Amino acid sequence: MTPTTVLHLQSAFQLEHACRHYKMGETSIRAVDDVSLTVPSGEFLALLGSSGSGKSTLLNLMAGLDRPTSGSIVAAGRNLAELSSLELARYRRETVGMVFQSFNLLPRMTLEENVELPLRLAEVERNDRAARVREALEHVRLTKRMGHRPSELSGGEQQRTAIARALVNRPKTLLADEPTGNLDSATGEAILTLLREIQGNLGMTIVMVTHERPLAEQFADRLATMGDGKLLSTAATATAAGRAAEARQ
Amino acid sequence: MKLRDMTELAVRNLREAILRNSLTTLGVAVGVASLVAMLSLGVGLQQLATSRLSKSGLFDSIFVTPKTNLRGPGAGPPATRAAAPKARPLNEEAREELTKLPNVIEVYPQIRFFTEVRFDGKPYATMVAGMPESSKASGSFDGMQGNFFSSTTADEAILQTEFAKELNAQTVSLIGKELVLRYAERQALAAQPGESNEGGGFSVVPQEKHLRIIGVVDTEPASGFGGFGSGRLLIPLLVAETLRAAQVNDLRDVLRGTSGDKPAYVSLTVRVKSPSLVDATEAKIKNMGFGAFSLLDASKSLRIFFSVFDLLLGIFGSLALAVATLGIVNTLVMAILERRREIGVLKALGAADSDVKQLFFVEAGVMGLAGGALGVFFGWLIGQALTLGTNIYLKRQDLPGVQISAVPWWLIGGAIGFAVLVSLMAGLYPASRAAKLNPVDALRYE
Repeated sequence: MTPTTVLHLQSAFQLEHACRHYKMGETSIRAVDDVSLTVPSGEFLALLGSSGSGKSTLLNLMAGLDRPTSGSIVAAGRNLAELSSLELARYRRETVGMVFQSFNLLPRMTLEENVELPLRLAEVERNDRAARVREALEHVRLTKRMGHRPSELSGGEQQRTAIARALVNRPKTLLADEPTGNLDSATGEAILTLLREIQGNLGMTIVMVTHERPLAEQFADRLATMGDGKLLSTAATATAAGRAAEARQ
Repeated sequence: MKLRDMTELAVRNLREAILRNSLTTLGVAVGVASLVAMLSLGVGLQQLATSRLSKSGLFDSIFVTPKTNLRGPGAGPPATRAAAPKARPLNEEAREELTKLPNVIEVYPQIRFFTEVRFDGKPYATMVAGMPESSKASGSFDGMQGNFFSSTTADEAILQTEFAKELNAQTVSLIGKELVLRYAERQALAAQPGESNEGGGFSVVPQEKHLRIIGVVDTEPASGFGGFGSGRLLIPLLVAETLRAAQVNDLRDVLRGTSGDKPAYVSLTVRVKSPSLVDATEAKIKNMGFGAFSLLDASKSLRIFFSVFDLLLGIFGSLALAVATLGIVNTLVMAILERRREIGVLKALGAADSDVKQLFFVEAGVMGLAGGALGVFFGWLIGQALTLGTNIYLKRQDLPGVQISAVPWWLIGGAIGFAVLVSLMAGLYPASRAAKLNPVDALRYE
């Protein structure tokens, strides 16, 4: 086993010179520009940056929703840039779960049906689905609202539902794009507490895009700051240092 | 995604925009209804025509006659004429031989003779015809007054309406009454010592037969080519045969020397199991030395005519369905615009392009299936309405009712299948457009 392979096995993501350039007329927009970044398994990474810094584009690349123009993004031992669209769909279905700023729940489905949707896509046996949905909803403490539609839930509850939906296929990684962007600060904090708790319980890797630095510092292990498509800096948070100290004691 | 899940999602999606999708489905239904109504009319008329014709026995029958050696002027010198082989008589022996041919259901002679009937002490001249048992199925006796013959050997008679009116204007009152048939029985002359009877003459003996009138019928059923000169008094064929009444050909047979102690037939009708067997059987009969001909060619032309007729009706009927498919395309393209974000979510959750494509495909298919089923029902209703309207008209004209439309199973299955197929084709473009949506763009869509 080569050192690189070992690194790949230990890291949830290994980005090498990843670029995502767009053409707009004659202009080339470098949404993600030569980003190299390693996200170890089990880490809670916060991607920070101002609007248009490329953090959401980078998250989309890591989610397999988009492909890098050049460079490589290795996740679960496979370079996403080389996967077929069918393999990428499978990757999105089985390896990662996604949470969005605007929740993206299907309004005509009940909470239970929304959470069940990824199980349908993954062709999980019908008999196993109810238990899996309940398990996911237990993680977000929403089992009592299973029959409700999204419009009948608060913003926080909707985001918790979206988290349950992201968890239901038991992925290794959770990717969250501004999960607190549509929530008040108290609810946002509650959501991040929940994410942190889930990460601890399930040993998941979380990559979260946010522009709220205080929240990121409070909950994430490491901050990666982006600007103009480039990765400007990465730094461990005080929370991580505290946790490491706790662990040493 | 599994088909069941896909179908559940598709039906759920269709329910969401219930009004628009119902209208689109109704459009398909109208298209299918017009197709089904047109074709049911074609099928109904074809069935009406062919059932009447096949009941008449024209298309599964071969008409056998003795091979006559009629030669006109210039047919050859007298020497050649003398050498012509003697025609084979169409007698009892020939009839048995014909009966034994494969696929032959029945062989019956044409027995018709002109004679006198006495009823209520008055004489009436009329044509008597023997009816085979199978003529009951021809449909001509449907709606008759009274009943068909109780048995093949019953001394019973059915009168043709016009003749019955001559006997009594109140034709119903004739049923159950008796009439006397006076006819000339053909009796072979005893052979003189030292002579064979072959080619000998016969004597004609006047006879009487008492018959009970059991029914009155409008028209005599067409009983083959021999049916020229309608019978006005119908009796069971077996009874007619036992009468051994002298017929028009007897004198001719005596002159030709083909008359024997047994009567020869003017013609025999050979019925085979199906029209497709007519050709082969006809060839065999000709090989046996008889003249034979059938009306199968006419039946073929009829089938070709109705095939073209159905095709044209189908094309006209399909026009409405073609318009309906545009409705499906429109509905699904609108659905893509409305559900753009949903498509993005599905893709983010792991739906492959093919899943999205199939989802839209199934939605189109469900609309096609529902529209097809509804359309078949509407088409059947239209057919029934046309039949009802036609029958009201026919009744006013004093004509019997008919079923002019028919919706056979193949039409039901074919129409629904066609509707689904056309809908799926209409769904091709929207489905592939939905599948190609970029998930990042779709998720950004408000």
